Order: sequence, then C-alpha cells, then structure tokens
Amino acid sequence: MFHDAFLVARKDLIIERRAHVVLGQVSPLGLLILVVFGFAFDANVELLRLGSAGLFWVAVLFTGLLLVQRTFDVETEDGNLDALRLSGFVPQSIFLGKVIGLIVQLFLLEFALIIGLFVLFDVTVVDWLLFLSATVLGTFAFSVCGALFGALASGIRLRSTLLPLLLIPVLAPVLLAGTRAHEVAFGLSSAPGWNWTGLLLVITAVYTSLGLVAFGPLLEDG
Amino acid sequence: MVEVSDQKTPKLSKSMSMTATPATRVLATVSAGASLVLLLLALIVSPADVVQGDAVRMLYIHVPSIWVAYGSFGLTACTSGLFILRYKRRTDRGRHYDRLAGAAAEVGVVFTGITLFSGMLWGKVTWGSYWQWDARLTTTVLLFVTYLGYLALRRLPADPGVRAKRAAIMALVSFVNVPIVHFSVDWWRTLHQKASLSIGRRPEITGDMYWTLMYSALTFTFVATWLMIHRYRVIRLEEMRDEEMLQQQLRERRSENSL
Amino acid sequence: MPSVVDFSGVIALKGQYPVLAGLDLCVERGEIVLLRGPNGAGKTSLLRVCSGLLSIASGTASVLGYDLLASNQEMRKHIGFVAHQNHLYSDLWVRDQLSFRARAAGGHDGDIRSICDRMEISERLLQLPTESLSAGQQRRVAIASVALRRPRLWLLDEPHAGLDSEGRDLLDSLLQDVAKAGATIVFASHEINRAETIATRSISILGGQVVGGTNVS
Repeated sequence: MFHDAFLVARKDLIIERRAHVVLGQVSPLGLLILVVFGFAFDANVELLRLGSAGLFWVAVLFTGLLLVQRTFDVETEDGNLDALRLSGFVPQSIFLGKVIGLIVQLFLLEFALIIGLFVLFDVTVVDWLLFLSATVLGTFAFSVCGALFGALASGIRLRSTLLPLLLIPVLAPVLLAGTRAHEVAFGLSSAPGWNWTGLLLVITAVYTSLGLVAFGPLLEDG
Repeated sequence: MVEVSDQKTPKLSKSMSMTATPATRVLATVSAGASLVLLLLALIVSPADVVQGDAVRMLYIHVPSIWVAYGSFGLTACTSGLFILRYKRRTDRGRHYDRLAGAAAEVGVVFTGITLFSGMLWGKVTWGSYWQWDARLTTTVLLFVTYLGYLALRRLPADPGVRAKRAAIMALVSFVNVPIVHFSVDWWRTLHQKASLSIGRRPEITGDMYWTLMYSALTFTFVATWLMIHRYRVIRLEEMRDEEMLQQQLRERRSENSL
Repeated sequence: MPSVVDFSGVIALKGQYPVLAGLDLCVERGEIVLLRGPNGAGKTSLLRVCSGLLSIASGTASVLGYDLLASNQEMRKHIGFVAHQNHLYSDLWVRDQLSFRARAAGGHDGDIRSICDRMEISERLLQLPTESLSAGQQRRVAIASVALRRPRLWLLDEPHAGLDSEGRDLLDSLLQDVAKAGATIVFASHEINRAETIATRSISILGGQVVGGTNVS
C-alpha cells in the first residue's frame, strides 16, 4: 500500500517538476498576498508584525486551496480518475499518495512564504523548534483535510466554488492552532504553544483515519 | 427496485400532493398552542434578570434554538451513518435515511440561523455590539457554514446515489469536526479571556426562568419535528416524481428498438 | 470454463437515465467481439460496466469470473480499458506517463522500450509533454499505457478514432497478437469494415440492449 502511495505521490511531484505550478505561480501568488496585506493594514509595521502569524496562515490557506484544487483537477481532466480506479491501487494508497504530494508542495510554498514573512513583516523567530514543529504538523493537517475534501468535491460540477466552502470550516481549527503556536514561536504571545501544536497532531491523526476509511466509498462512484 | 412496468405508473393523486396527515395536524395544533403559552410565560410570567433586565428573555429563543440545532445535526449524523451501512443500490433500500438526513440538516440550519440572529440581538442590547468573538457565537457561525456547505453538496447535479453517499460521508466528517472546532475555539477564547475583562456574565437561571427555558425547549422541539416531517415528505414527493420520469424514459429507451 | 463476460438482464443507470435497459451478453475467452450501434445506444456504458466503473442497478453480471456486485478491486488488475478519453496527464512527458503506468502494473521502466517499438513511439516523442502530441500520437500512448498492464480482458472504446492508417494497422496487429496469447477483446467501433477484419464476432446494440449478433468468419 505504501509503495503504491509513493508511486502516486511521485507522479504528482513529477507533474509539478514539469509544470512548475508551485514554484512559478502559486508561490509568487502567496508573496503577493502578503504584500496586499501590507496595503490592507496601511503599511502599519507594528500591526503587521503582531498579526504576522495569522497572516502567514491565511496566505497558506488561500494558496493551499489552489494546490488542493489542482491535485484533483489533474485527475479529473482526460478521465484520469477512471484510470486510477482501474489501476488496481487500493483507495487508501491513492489517498496517502495525494497527501504526501500535497505535503511536499505545501512545504515548497511555505518556504517562500516564510522568507516573505521575515522580509516584509520584520518577524524574528524566538523558538525555532516550536516554529518548525507547528509548521510541519499544520502542513500535515492541512494536507490530510485537503485530500479528503478534495476527493469529496471532485468530479462534480461547480467544485471550484464548493471546495473552499466545505474545506475552510474543517481547516478553521488548524488555522487557529497554527497561528497561536506561531505567535508563541515569534515571541508575540505567552500562550502554551506546544499544546496548540499537540492539537495539530490530534487533528492530523483524526483526519488521516477518516480519510483512510472514507476514500474507498468516495472513489467508487460512477 | 428498478422494474419496467408496461402500465402507466398511477399519477400522484391530489390528496397525496399535500404533505399533511391527521398526525401532523395534531402536532401543528399542539405546537401552535404551546407557542402561545410560551409567549405568555416568556414575556409576562417569568421574571426579568437582575443585571440584564428584560433583555434576558432572548434566552428563551437563543438557547433552545441551538439545542434543537444540535439535536437535528445529531440526527443527520446518525441517519447518514445508517444510510452508509444500509443502502443497497439495487433495491434503493435505505434511501429514507438519506431523506431524513437532508430534512434534519435543513431544520438544523434554520435553527442555527435563529440562534445566531437572537444571539447578535442579545449582544447588541447587553454588550453594546453585535459581535464579541465569544466562543459560543464563533463556534455557531462555523457550525452554520459547515451545514450550509452540506446542503450545497446535496443540491449538486449528480447521480442521486452518488450524491447521497457523498453527502452522508460529509455529514459524518462534519459531525467529527464539530467537537474539534468547539474545543479549539473555546480554548482560544478562554485563554484570551484570562488576559482581558470578562465580556458578559451568563445570567443565573433558577426557578421560573429555568422552567420557562425547559418549556421553551419542548415547544421548539415540537415545531422542529413538525417542520422535519413536512420537509421529509416533500423530499419523498420529489423523489417519486423523479422515479416517474425514470419509468417514462425506460419505456422510451425500449421503444427505440422498434424503430 | 466460465465465460469472460456473462451478463443477464443488466440495467445500468446514469443518474436517472437507463443507459443499459436489460442487456444479455456472453463472451468467451480468446474472442474478439465488436460492438456496433448508433450513438447513444449504450456501447460505452456496456464497456464501462464491464470494467467495473459503472455499477449495475439490476440483473446479474460477472466479468473474468468476478461478480460485479461484489468488490471488484482484484478484477480491475486484469482489465485494460482504452476509453474515449486517453487518460493522459497533460504535463507529464510521455516517458513519465508510461513509467507511471508500468510501475502501477507492477512492472518497471524497462518494459516501456518494447511497447514503444511496437506502437512506433519514437525516442524523441518520449521527451515531450503529452499535451504537445497530436491526437493520433496521444492515442498510441494511451494504447501503450494499457498494453503495459498485460490485461486478460481488453476493453476499447472506438480505439481507431484519431489514429492514422499506420497507427490503425499497428493497433490491429497488436490486438490479434494479444488475442492469440489468450486475452479477450471487446471493442466498440463505427468503422465496421476495418473492425470486422479483426473481429471474431459482431454484436449490435440499440436502446441499451443487444438486438442482434453474427459470427464474423
């Protein structure tokens, strides 16, 4: 099962290598969003620094949604989902493969956003371990939820407007926890940052289980 | 069961196109009567709060609404689970679970909307603003949007069996999400509140207020049940109409052979 | 020996529309069966039901000995479907595409060489993204992707469409070799003359049912 998952993820990452969507389009978009936040807050440097954790996760949210969309668009064009169904892969492998592909692409995206954060919002990291753990676990949680709902909303018309509506309420706790943990890591608050990081781990575990169970029925239709 | 019959399927009779039955008429009368009594109790008989004054009467709408909403969404989750376990595509058996899930979710969304609206009005009167980012209202908004999304998913053009299955999966996933959201938001606001002044204390609920609240919950449950039954029946009628269209199309398909 | 395809009274629905309205069919191993019929007759739906992609609402159906009502994960490993669509990832190079399909079928990149020779897909083509290929070249890649799986049952939906006459010859000879090796082939086509040169049996579909069949000598 893991071997097949890696095949699916490898395929998605080769697509990315050929198409350069994350590096060429989505990361610049993320940086653009950060700049637009500057406009929204009237270039108030202090305000931007205080809100930097939240703004980072909002930028991740909107660009991440595009990545989730894309990873399933790639399957719905030219009937590729049929080919996946016929491939003999167990649905769980396809789920895990999609998750792994999303995680890698999100890491690339976040790398660009973090640089933007340091440069544009004058952020300094006080607790590197907390910062990295929260980012990694938040990404895992995002990917798992994204893969599940991406499949739920795929292959149906109007999915590009439906996916955000379905996915954001589920991502709300991830955004909340990620932001609170990052605030602590940036030295902006004294909340229990590691507890919030723990919540991210719990969410990841819960949605991984749900995804593994639900992906079979989701893939079966047609 | 998909059967091809040669006789025309009987048209829905006029009496079948109304969804009321003697049982629902009784329920409607009871609900209406109970609501009148509730008005009396809530506005006149029960006392005003020491601190909040008459504004506290909003409690009798706000709290039972969210209870009814939670109950409805719980019902949606249960019936969705049963649907996944019991649905057999061949015989369309188990489809009633899907209908009930849809009806319950709609009623739930309506009452969540009422909760939000009454909560905002109450907030305006007591805190001076419509929104204070307290845990309860924030969680309720997310609940509202979650199930609006669920209803949007139910309305997509797709094969009914496929759509019902996806909706059922979403209902179960949403049900798991609700406590996660609740816990996160609650913890967030509690941590925040330690650092700031308390926003507004919940009134002490004792005596007459307590009984009025319980009575209100009962009344709201009657009204919600009545709404759900009617909505379920309307869904059933919609499906019967689609079934008729299917029989019609099966006949036409077969008649292609005689050309 | 059980039939490769055994359908009885099969009704299949797409939404509310009955694409198959009580279809009976029996295909034995090694046969090359041609499905003919006008557009909308149900040829594509029949192929999709055989592959397990479309579930049946009524009737009994078994493919390769597997009951279609039960889980058909195992069954799919032995089926190759050349559908109307090519199932190509537009951004992938042809080499990446074939490599993915080969590995998914439990093979490795080395298998690609022989099938590319067979379908006359050149080295140069392997380095191009699939979206920059012509329709005929894409079709060849799609056929090669399926051939890599070495399926026991081939399902093809108008496979000649988009292929030039050289490509068609390549496909025909591939199918004949594959059938000689023991695979079964069911394909839908509008080009009766060419199709009947390789088919062993011809079946007419109309209104979601089988209305006639002849053995083609």
